[in-house]
Amino acid sequence: MTTGLPELNFPHRHILGIEGMTREEINFLLDLSDSYVAQNRRVDKKSALLRGRTLINVFFENSTRTRTSFELAGKRLGADVINMSVSTSAIKKGETMIDTAMTLNAMGPDVLVVRHPHSGAVQLLAEKVTCSVINAGDGSHEHPTQALLDALTIRRRRGALDGLLVAICGDILHSRVARSNIQLLNIMGARVRLIAPRTLLPAEAGRLGAEIHHDIRKGLEGCDIIMMLRLQTERMHGSFVPSIREYFHFYGLDHEKLSCAKPDALVMHPGPMNRGVEIDSELADDIDRSVISEQVEMGVAVRMACLDTLTRDLPANRSLDEGEPTR
Amino acid sequence: MSAAPATEQPTAYVNARLMDPATGRDTPGALLSLNGKIADLGADLFSGGVPDGIPTIDCNGHILAPGLIDMRVHLGEPGEEHKDTIASATAAAAAGGITTLICLPNTNPPIDDVSLIEFMARRAREKGLVKIYPYAAITRDCAGTELAEMGILAEAGAMGFTDGQRALANSLVMRRALSYASTFDLLIMQHPEDPELVKEGVMNEGEVATRLGLSGIPSAAEPIMVARDMRLVEITGARYHAGHISTADAIDIVRRAKARGLPVTCDTAPHYFTLNETAVGNYRTFAKTSPPLRSEEDRLAVIEGLKDGTIDAIASDHTPQDQDSKRLPFAQAECGIAGLETLLPLSLALYHSGEMTLLDVLGKLTANPADLLRLDEGRLAVGAPADLVVIDPDRPWRIDPDSFLSKSKNSPFDGHPVQGGAEKTVVGLRMVFDRTS
Repeated sequence: MTTGLPELNFPHRHILGIEGMTREEINFLLDLSDSYVAQNRRVDKKSALLRGRTLINVFFENSTRTRTSFELAGKRLGADVINMSVSTSAIKKGETMIDTAMTLNAMGPDVLVVRHPHSGAVQLLAEKVTCSVINAGDGSHEHPTQALLDALTIRRRRGALDGLLVAICGDILHSRVARSNIQLLNIMGARVRLIAPRTLLPAEAGRLGAEIHHDIRKGLEGCDIIMMLRLQTERMHGSFVPSIREYFHFYGLDHEKLSCAKPDALVMHPGPMNRGVEIDSELADDIDRSVISEQVEMGVAVRMACLDTLTRDLPANRSLDEGEPTR
Repeated sequence: MSAAPATEQPTAYVNARLMDPATGRDTPGALLSLNGKIADLGADLFSGGVPDGIPTIDCNGHILAPGLIDMRVHLGEPGEEHKDTIASATAAAAAGGITTLICLPNTNPPIDDVSLIEFMARRAREKGLVKIYPYAAITRDCAGTELAEMGILAEAGAMGFTDGQRALANSLVMRRALSYASTFDLLIMQHPEDPELVKEGVMNEGEVATRLGLSGIPSAAEPIMVARDMRLVEITGARYHAGHISTADAIDIVRRAKARGLPVTCDTAPHYFTLNETAVGNYRTFAKTSPPLRSEEDRLAVIEGLKDGTIDAIASDHTPQDQDSKRLPFAQAECGIAGLETLLPLSLALYHSGEMTLLDVLGKLTANPADLLRLDEGRLAVGAPADLVVIDPDRPWRIDPDSFLSKSKNSPFDGHPVQGGAEKTVVGLRMVFDRTS
């Protein structure tokens, strides 16, 4: 059981994005996550908090690490976890996303964790179901648990996010991780820089609350944290970027470019990494600078906190009459 | 620590009319170069005579101007050495008063890789009489689909990016090219012609083409492409240059874009203000160009564009073609004019006809292309490279392609009377052309 924690301060049924969250809510989730980091480091990692609850991972887009992370989070809290890879089943038979959602909803899950290749799809689905929904990534829109796990990683290393200078570097255009992180960092009082060639920056990116840089060395000056983003293979052969060689030359993070940042700057990556494309292999493995493995560990804890928070508000019995929310 | 003794290599240019379009200077005077750079110049320099031991060049009262910068040249190398080589083309350039030429990347293989930039630099060093700077391709193979490695090509020395004689027609690719180029503040140069409207066309669409039974290229092909590109420049902020502009409508679009402050420039070639579509006459393939020679209204608009500054530069668009490429039915003949040796005299006609001042004409050939390509050359300034040309602006002569130093003699200007040309051409320490010797 989680004791000694702040009062529940999270009046949302779903976690669809960072947008709309307050600083207090984010701090609440991060505080709760901290307690789950401790639980995950024990020999017996399992609790019974969500015993009897059902979590379905519904992935309309392939994923290994996020799905596994949610699965583990659910199981460590004692929930029954089902994984559904929709891209390979129902959709091929012609079922619409909403029909799939309604079908799953009728099976009575408590939480659906949904990833979808199209922006806004998870919200659309959330409007049609009676359970809670966690967005595990929708198109180029949001990936809130990634931003939370990044925040947790930074907070545990640096104590707070307030006042930090954070560079997000790479394919901002297609990145839901970047969009969630920019919002979260702004809410938490950090300053954000976006570093990318213009072809990988969305229009009016500066309006998101970030400084734009095209020269990585200038962009990294004075930075406390550097978040590298993955560049998809199909985007690096002449469409958005001329070649891997050129991309690595100008935007690949190595020790030399990193030396422009603060001497103790931390390097992050949401994974999976393209070694030799956006990040130098040696740097990715440098335990003094890279916190990439730590991010993965924080991911499980953050997802446990999200599941815990959302299920606290669920009615104990799922009949449609209004019951008192109980734990 | 003792420095190695420097061998000072001074040259004095005396009895000159110093003309520097960059500053508007037009005064009698002298110039001193030291080790290939301009060390001093002015009306009073050497007023007490040139000190002993300094080699002296008497300009005979002629113009001493910065050497010409020809910003659009097709070299035969690599791939078409039977049409021109770096040796023959740079000899022709020197005879034309050109000290720097920028070569287009649509060679065989195309200049779309750092190794080709390095190859060109080496060949230019070994065989070139004048300076050669390359453009590189915007897209791999100049094929218009995948971006070339613009960043590292620019680091290796690419002056700008263009797919040569091929328009970058795909709007999405062009948008990304401009967007990517703006990341590194690089210049994108377009061949502004809608290829779908060109297709089978071989000359300007109009009465002449109709009478000759040749398929026409509508002049709209040019403004359509330029207008689209202006929109893309507006959303990307990239530096854009329209090559060899030839139509009144396209010039007008550039004029308005400049007025709105867009980072846009353009050039034209002498044939677009000297000739019109009637030069095709009786299927003269030497007058087949890309874009085609246009109507008389367009020709006059080109002159107007040069006068009001809409057109920044004049470039030869030198395109060497051998006999086998031109002695063909008009539709099958290759496009292009060998223009290195006629760039200056044909441009000087704008002065002799009273359309433009001498300084303005020379500006289109020196300071303007230097500015838009960000070169140190093209100006008479202390510290600038001593790339110089002595010009007699008045000497009357007739163009004789048989005497061209270029391997190719494809010029529609055979027998064309002109006035003025290069007397001497100097690149740094080296006199590369002297008409009197």
